[in-house]
Amino acid sequence: MIIKTINSTFNIQKIRQDFPILSEKVNGKPLVYMDSGSTAQKPTQVIDAVSNYYQKQNSNIHRGVHHLSQEITIAYEKARATVQNHLNAEVPQEIIFTSGTTDSINLVASSFGRKYINKGDEIIISEMEHHSNILPWQMLCEERGAVLKVIPINDEGELRLDEYKNLLCSKTKIVAVTHVSNTLGTINPVKEMIALAHEQNIPVLIDGAQAVTHMKVDVQDLDADFYCFSGHKLFGPTGVGILYGKEKWLNEMPPYKVGGGIIKTVTFEKTTYADLPLKFEAGTPHIAGGIGLAAAIDYINDIGLEEIGAYEHEILEYATLKLTAIEGLRIIGTAKDKASVISFVIDGLHPFDVGTILDKQGIAVRTGHHCTQPLMELFGIPGTIRASMVFHNTKEEIDVLVNGIQKAIKMLK
Amino acid sequence: MKIAEIEQEIIEEFELFGDDWEGKYEHLIDLAKSIPMIDTQYKTDDRLIKGCQSKVWLHSRLKDGKVIFTADSDAIITKGIVALMIRVISEHTADEIINAQFEFINKIGLIEHLSPTRSNGLISMIKQMKMDAVVYKQMKL
Repeated sequence: MIIKTINSTFNIQKIRQDFPILSEKVNGKPLVYMDSGSTAQKPTQVIDAVSNYYQKQNSNIHRGVHHLSQEITIAYEKARATVQNHLNAEVPQEIIFTSGTTDSINLVASSFGRKYINKGDEIIISEMEHHSNILPWQMLCEERGAVLKVIPINDEGELRLDEYKNLLCSKTKIVAVTHVSNTLGTINPVKEMIALAHEQNIPVLIDGAQAVTHMKVDVQDLDADFYCFSGHKLFGPTGVGILYGKEKWLNEMPPYKVGGGIIKTVTFEKTTYADLPLKFEAGTPHIAGGIGLAAAIDYINDIGLEEIGAYEHEILEYATLKLTAIEGLRIIGTAKDKASVISFVIDGLHPFDVGTILDKQGIAVRTGHHCTQPLMELFGIPGTIRASMVFHNTKEEIDVLVNGIQKAIKMLK
Repeated sequence: MKIAEIEQEIIEEFELFGDDWEGKYEHLIDLAKSIPMIDTQYKTDDRLIKGCQSKVWLHSRLKDGKVIFTADSDAIITKGIVALMIRVISEHTADEIINAQFEFINKIGLIEHLSPTRSNGLISMIKQMKMDAVVYKQMKL
């Protein structure tokens, strides 16, 4: 199947060959992987980059004068520049390597929090946040006596901007919202939300974990103060992630973790810290992760994010149509603007049971609360079944999913 | 019947299905309907086995020196597995329960449900059943 999109030809067969795991069998059936929202599969290009690092480049960065150390330092900083260009950050020192989105958010909550959050201050999050974008702020609020304010959502699973506007006030010190909901697929109007916060000089952190996979993100265009994402959801290795922060904030914020590699001088009386980005990168980083992440970014840019977006939109529409036709199936999250993530429930069936029967048919979906328990409570359900698709998924796989669901309904009812 | 004998009976029952996963799971779904149902008054949050995805309520009592279990779950496959567990160890002495190995779970091809990543609370349930048995044992001493 070759699909014509905006600028070029999107060759799905070739793309699928890039992902070795897609030829695996699960329970004797060809793997249908629809759990990319949890973690994306890795193309050969990423696997090779990581393998090549360990086989030919392994050495520590920023430490040695020897050849390998210098080479890998250059490669690691080049990876940072790849991320910088990808996000259109102004300068490379605005890109901090972390262990993932969770780590990035914790860094900001802890460091920004220590510097700027005091008793009675307010922090705004939303009802659709992943626990990773709730708990760091909740803990910060408990520690500092601050108050957590939550933007509600409507029945379709869209943020209520009228309520958001009402929450923004002189007490608000930071807003932290997700770009794309991991459970509902909703794409939030973050550019507009950032502009509204900036009218009152309030900085905004965007959790981009689910967004970067599906769309082009330009941090300068969004005017985001902080933008976080994980390497592993962007077809890169696990254990590596990114915090983008505007230089003015990162310069003012204290180090989050301290240790080797982040200092200018150390005496027992006083330590002066290194400049950005090293100030926030204590200890030996996940070097292979950084190299692999850069390879992943190069890979998706070679395909083209516009092409990816157009194709994913097509499979989202196809899947929505097909799933909606199943009797008793209800899609949770019907926002106008959605990424290729579909959560659903089936009348009278527990998501765990459906997930188990799908697994037996080689179909990998996620079931449960997706680390968004407050959201599940809001919808009054124990969890959902979530099919999160990316550009290597096909309409044929969606048909397999639909047949799989029908079989599950037949068996379980 | 001894625990090991009941386990053997279940193994033979499941052997009939061979590689037919559908048959196996349909049988499990049927077994769910035979679960010794927990009395509604005991279906409280404190009797909930902590599992990530499906809820399991477990209750036990001592009758004539033997531990009797009743339970329920909101997911039918989990409920089928719980029904099997109860069939194996309910109405045995505390000592027998403490020493039970539950090898049948592996042998009938349901080992995947025992994996901690599965997060269906089965491991927690085994732990809870054995802990109840330990409590009854100490009560007797």
